[in-house]
Amino acid sequence: MKTIVSRIAWLWILPVVLVAWEVSTRAAQAVYFPPPSVILARLHELWFSGPAAHVFLTDEAAHHLLPSLGRLVVGWAGACLVAIAAGVALGRSAVLCDVFSPLIHFFRSVPPPLLIPIFMTMTGIGTPLQLTAIVFGVSWPVLLNSLDGARYVDRQYLETCEVFGISRFRRLTRVILPAASPKIFAGLRISVALALIMMILSEFIGSTEGIGYRMLVAQSELDVPTMWTAIVLLGILGFVLNAAFLRFERHVLTWHRGARKTD
Amino acid sequence: MLEISDLTHSYGAYQALGGVNLTVAEGELVCVVGPSGCGKSTLLRSIGGLLRPTGGRVLVQGRPVEKVPDDLAIVFQDYSRSLFPWMTVADNVSLPLRRRGGDRRSRAAAAVEALEQVGLPAAAGKYPWELSGGMQQRVAIARALAYKPALMLMDEPFGSVDAQTREDLEDLVLQVRRSSGMTIVLITHDIDESVYVGDRVVVLSKSPATVVGDLRVELPEPRDQIATREHPDFVHLRAEVGRLVRGMRSGEPAAAPEAEAASPEQEPAPAAPKA
Ligand SMILES: Nc1ncnc2c1ncn2[C@@H]1O[C@H](COP(=O)(O)OP(=O)(O)OP(=O)(O)O)[C@@H](O)[C@H]1O
Ligand SMILES: [Mg+2]
Repeated sequence: MKTIVSRIAWLWILPVVLVAWEVSTRAAQAVYFPPPSVILARLHELWFSGPAAHVFLTDEAAHHLLPSLGRLVVGWAGACLVAIAAGVALGRSAVLCDVFSPLIHFFRSVPPPLLIPIFMTMTGIGTPLQLTAIVFGVSWPVLLNSLDGARYVDRQYLETCEVFGISRFRRLTRVILPAASPKIFAGLRISVALALIMMILSEFIGSTEGIGYRMLVAQSELDVPTMWTAIVLLGILGFVLNAAFLRFERHVLTWHRGARKTD
Repeated sequence: MLEISDLTHSYGAYQALGGVNLTVAEGELVCVVGPSGCGKSTLLRSIGGLLRPTGGRVLVQGRPVEKVPDDLAIVFQDYSRSLFPWMTVADNVSLPLRRRGGDRRSRAAAAVEALEQVGLPAAAGKYPWELSGGMQQRVAIARALAYKPALMLMDEPFGSVDAQTREDLEDLVLQVRRSSGMTIVLITHDIDESVYVGDRVVVLSKSPATVVGDLRVELPEPRDQIATREHPDFVHLRAEVGRLVRGMRSGEPAAAPEAEAASPEQEPAPAAPKA
């Protein structure tokens, strides 16, 4: 029953809202809230009316969208890899964990955007700044969750490894990482959203390209529809990234949901 | 195979083992019974090298136990936390085989063979959580079997399955022992089970645990859930073990009301700092 309702909702809620939005904004002649048809037309014209050879991306899109995406993916993936490795290492070593805990808890308490001006003095504006900002924003939740997951691996799993003489390497890859993976994924899920935020913020503050920068330009030109295209684009981007991530997570953690159900 | 002398272990100020002496010969199936909380798991963990006892000596195949001996496997009570839920049953069984050498194919074949031995040939591709509790414990036994240890330790392996499954698993252990000839130490708090399965029943006192009884079981083979349990020797041995577990000297009348009331399950051990 519930699934039917939610399925139908998926089909109609978006068109209904769009139509309502269209009608009301046209009726109100609201300057700052252009109707969706205008936004979509601008979205198409600005970003997606390019030649088929460039998968319909315009030069504008190639200039702003691709760098944003590239930095997002590279920064996020790199930060996650390093943070998972560091988190698992810290979680498995009581000494390291005690030494670094205060430091980690200090840094993760600092709101990441606060550090963008500092980073800018170090890196200047441009890609290094965006990467630094994304890496910093993404690292802490992933690090802390990996640390937690690796630290509280069920003692009996580890004793089983000990009894059957599982080598250290295989203990790490076949037991500790999978056992910690539900926690690690919880951190990764948070980090996807954080990466987007840090990408945009750092583009607002120090960049000459990217979706955030393009939006600032539109603002200075009082080009309201273009500002909205950036918002819609980011909304879609966030949605797609999140959906892709959930797909991946569901695939990797099938066992976890199965095992939980029978508990 | 296994020699334990004057084994003591204290958790802080609380003494769990108070000098255990026990020798197990090659190929024997010894059941250890004792009142709940008396230190059975502590004894098993000391034999298995998972715990460093505070005193005494444990020799497995003549060598003092420092870490888990190579030729030893353990079947834990809590199968759901001992099998890895992210691996298929076949992977769970074959994971420990790497150190035994052989290529991937031969390891997989050994896993399938062990699963056949425990009656689960069709479960290889499933995940542990897709199986019932009894089946999961069979998988844990298959994993131990495939590992081909000289000594297998089982800590209340059938404590959390239903009565019917329990009987099936008891027979499985007997069959495994017959076909592999490995030495088995099985810990249980079930007196009937200890007599039914064991060649020998060792009774521990409540903690600090010492060996208060060591009985040889001479029942006709092969054992049978119905016939063996109504055999006069079985009935007699069971009473004997029951008396020992309840802290009575052998020959004393069982079920004296005071003795029942003071049964170790209800009486908290004196000065036990339960963690
Ligand atoms: N890690 C520990 N720290 C402190 N005390 C412990 C610890 N482990 C066990 N004990 C205590 O030692 C005693 C013996 O424990 P053990 O687990 O060996 O008993 P057991 O005979 O296996 O009990 P059960 O029948 O419940 O499995 C118990 O009273 C328990 O409270
Ligand atoms: Mg126990």
